[in-house]
Amino acid sequence: MKVSMTVNGQALEADVEPRWLLVHVLRDQFGLTGTNIGCDTSQCGACTVLMNDRAVKACTVLAVQADGAEILTIEGLKQDGQYHPVQQAFWDEHGLQCGFCTPGMIMTAIDLIKHEAQPNYAAIRHGIEGNLCRCTGYENIVRAIRQAADKM
Amino acid sequence: MGVLGQSIKRREDPRLITGEAKYIADIELPGMLHAAVLRSPFAHAKIKSVNVAQAKQAPGVVGVFTGADFAEIPALPCAWQAGGVKNNVNTPRILEIDEVHHTGAGVAVVVAHDRYAAEDALALIQVDYEPLPAVVDAEKATQPGAPQLHENAPNNIVFDWSCGDQAGTDQALQASEVVVKQRLINQRLIPTPMEARGAIGQYSAATDDYTLWLTSQAPHVHRLVMAAFVLGIPEHKIRCIAPQVGGGFGAKIFMYPEYPLVLVLAKRLGRPVKWIETRRENYVATTHGRDHITDIEVGATRDGVITAFKVHTFANLGGVLSTAALGIPTTLYGRLLSGPYKFPHIYCNVQGVYTNTAMVDAYRGAGRPEATYALERAIDLVARELDLDPAEVRRKNFIPPDAFPYAPADDLMAGLEYDSGNYALALDKALEMVNYKELRQEQAHARREGRYLGIGFSSYIEACGLAPSAWIGAQGWGAGLWESANVRMHLTGKVVVTTGSQSHGQGHETTLAQLVADELGIALDDVVVQHSDTQGAPFGYGTYGSRSTAVGAVAVHRSVQRIKEKAKRLAAHMLEANPEDLVYQDGKVFVRGVPAKTKTIQELAAAVALGYSLPEGMEPFFDETSYYDPPNNTYPFGTHICVVEVDAKTGQTKILRYVAIDDVGNVINPMIVDGQIHGGIAQGVSQALYEGAVYDDNGTLVSGSLMDYAVPTAAMLPSYETARTVTPSPVNPLGVKGVGETGTIASTPAVVNAVLDALKPFGVKNLDMPLTPEKVWRAMHANGGNGKEG
Repeated sequence: MKVSMTVNGQALEADVEPRWLLVHVLRDQFGLTGTNIGCDTSQCGACTVLMNDRAVKACTVLAVQADGAEILTIEGLKQDGQYHPVQQAFWDEHGLQCGFCTPGMIMTAIDLIKHEAQPNYAAIRHGIEGNLCRCTGYENIVRAIRQAADKM
Repeated sequence: MGVLGQSIKRREDPRLITGEAKYIADIELPGMLHAAVLRSPFAHAKIKSVNVAQAKQAPGVVGVFTGADFAEIPALPCAWQAGGVKNNVNTPRILEIDEVHHTGAGVAVVVAHDRYAAEDALALIQVDYEPLPAVVDAEKATQPGAPQLHENAPNNIVFDWSCGDQAGTDQALQASEVVVKQRLINQRLIPTPMEARGAIGQYSAATDDYTLWLTSQAPHVHRLVMAAFVLGIPEHKIRCIAPQVGGGFGAKIFMYPEYPLVLVLAKRLGRPVKWIETRRENYVATTHGRDHITDIEVGATRDGVITAFKVHTFANLGGVLSTAALGIPTTLYGRLLSGPYKFPHIYCNVQGVYTNTAMVDAYRGAGRPEATYALERAIDLVARELDLDPAEVRRKNFIPPDAFPYAPADDLMAGLEYDSGNYALALDKALEMVNYKELRQEQAHARREGRYLGIGFSSYIEACGLAPSAWIGAQGWGAGLWESANVRMHLTGKVVVTTGSQSHGQGHETTLAQLVADELGIALDDVVVQHSDTQGAPFGYGTYGSRSTAVGAVAVHRSVQRIKEKAKRLAAHMLEANPEDLVYQDGKVFVRGVPAKTKTIQELAAAVALGYSLPEGMEPFFDETSYYDPPNNTYPFGTHICVVEVDAKTGQTKILRYVAIDDVGNVINPMIVDGQIHGGIAQGVSQALYEGAVYDDNGTLVSGSLMDYAVPTAAMLPSYETARTVTPSPVNPLGVKGVGETGTIASTPAVVNAVLDALKPFGVKNLDMPLTPEKVWRAMHANGGNGKEG
């Protein structure tokens, strides 16, 4: 069946099976491989994207559920050659090592700051509980999100 | 020029924060097919038959294969065996044929147009298994009547290995004023890099060449092992490429069945074949770590001087052996059991054991965390027994700074000596940072209020580099462990560095560029670092064992020195000066005392690349390759202090402070070093409090997904307070030691010792990890929970 959605500001269509996951359509049909897949039980959050302005794990959304939706992925963040403040903060604060969780972590952080403009450290730690990172021990991720919140 | 030792932002990051980086799952090749592996649900079973007829007819399926289809391909090699003893080796086949020894063993593979179709067809394969009794506990597996896994391994024993002096240690224990005994369980962990494994095989019939993209920490080693020991293909006919790799922690070092499998499938089907591991597969089919059952005996004088340390360990190695499985619980464990201490007598005996569980191999720290856990629990048990301050018992037994180089007793390090250290300095700095005296007063005060604070110590050493080659070879490793580097400065003055190390999050593209830019006195932007592709790169051993700086960076340094020497000879020729009178400084070569007679390194690079006028015998181009085999490991050290509060009502442990003083020698990039320490601490803390792989008695992995295995979230971990002392290593000219694993090695016992210190009023002397609230609560309430002094 046909689905259409706006992805990073661009109207896109795909012919999908009803069982296909949004993350597979983003990656395999639209070529947006910045959104990673880290598990098969919706724990890790590596596949987090914004759907209609809310963070969702794209492995728990069927492609058909995203019909008509606005999707923002990591590829859509950089505007006019400028990094999004959260991207910039992750770079500045060494908030990533292997980088695999990073796109999902950044999308979650954007959602977090949108809904709580000045989160404290505890709120940040709680707010990113749905995203696992195995490299950083989270310390610099928390600092990066705090720094980004100041700039947004 | 000031970039060495600076927190330069990582050059890797722009592609990672924009989604541009290409991990293995992101790679698409024309005509590519997708593979899915059928895995055994039984931990121990005979394979009576495999019927793939129906699966072959499924839509989208191109081929279905079983182990019998690849019967000519030998089982994978075990490249690191226990040194000096008999090893009873059994390893996995690319698909098992007759018998499986753990859940998750591959028995068939479907190749289809897409992964959905491949997975659908897996469900149509019928396997007739004859289940056999299973055993999952290493000690039980050695006992009479236990299920036997392999004919060549009676009582499931893989090896029986020892180090140190048994008779001397026994004698010293007998003569000791105090002897403390304890059983310690170092539970099984699942490494869980956020990117699971994957591989893409491609075959060219025209040239008879193979290309393998794979999630690898050591692409050259994968090529070597694949060529020489598995497929029998000439080494130069395989190219291995590790694309962006999403973490490894040891688990991506090894040769796994799926890697040769995609290559032979690509050849048979004439199209590229991709296999991407799911997380559930990752939990049963990728290596686990730790899993020791250890009994310690430690002798001491009444004032806390350790007189002898004796250790026996059952090391659970799984149903079949992984590539480096046997070196971890032997060389990297037993030989590290003196830690930072001047123990006069040490003996360690390890039995490696088969059980019906997933393969066990190196996981961050690899043997050294297990050794440090045994040691640091031993010190605390002695302190508790003698009612001494655990910090002072450590200090009393430290190797003093003037004793270096220091060889642990009983030739424990098999001929090597610790390079340098000042262990008391790190301890003192940690004590100062936590304000130890006042902290103890606060603890006493809190206890009177019914709040239970605990202060836990861990003083540690690490051995980085896993070299010299001759040493590690004598320890049973079947290859060398030097590292390579090539440095080329092109006509335009731009530099390309190729390293045999493999970065999967460590930041080599930044740190090695800092080193080169600083040495050559050129802009950081004029240097690029390349790695992870066997094509066009000298052979290298890869990244593990905290060796990329301790060995890899030193190879880079050597190549740069050779370029500088050549630059001086060329400048002497151009300036008509004596080469001995020339100085290399800040990117220029000039005649000492005559700064007007100068050539910049860029001018020299152009001249040597053009080759119009070179000194006699000099070849064109700055292009230097080094193979650096270090004379010793390097030995970082430090002290970590963890402060916890345990809630008596819930048994919940809260980390109030975590202070880490680490000495990793000279530092290239402090930001990256801190990041490595943070991540290491997180994994060690998580072993102490949360993680543990659980098998039921049938050998089913109960903690078989991220729903069930406790990879910690941000809310479960503390902030880390890090600081350093700097004791340069005399082993290499950079004075560097390495940092990749220190955090993991140090942190686990610091947390456990802190919790047990908090539980001191309850008389609890030992608890096995993970220290879940339930376990802690039960221990606190075992004697009625009246808080009586134990």
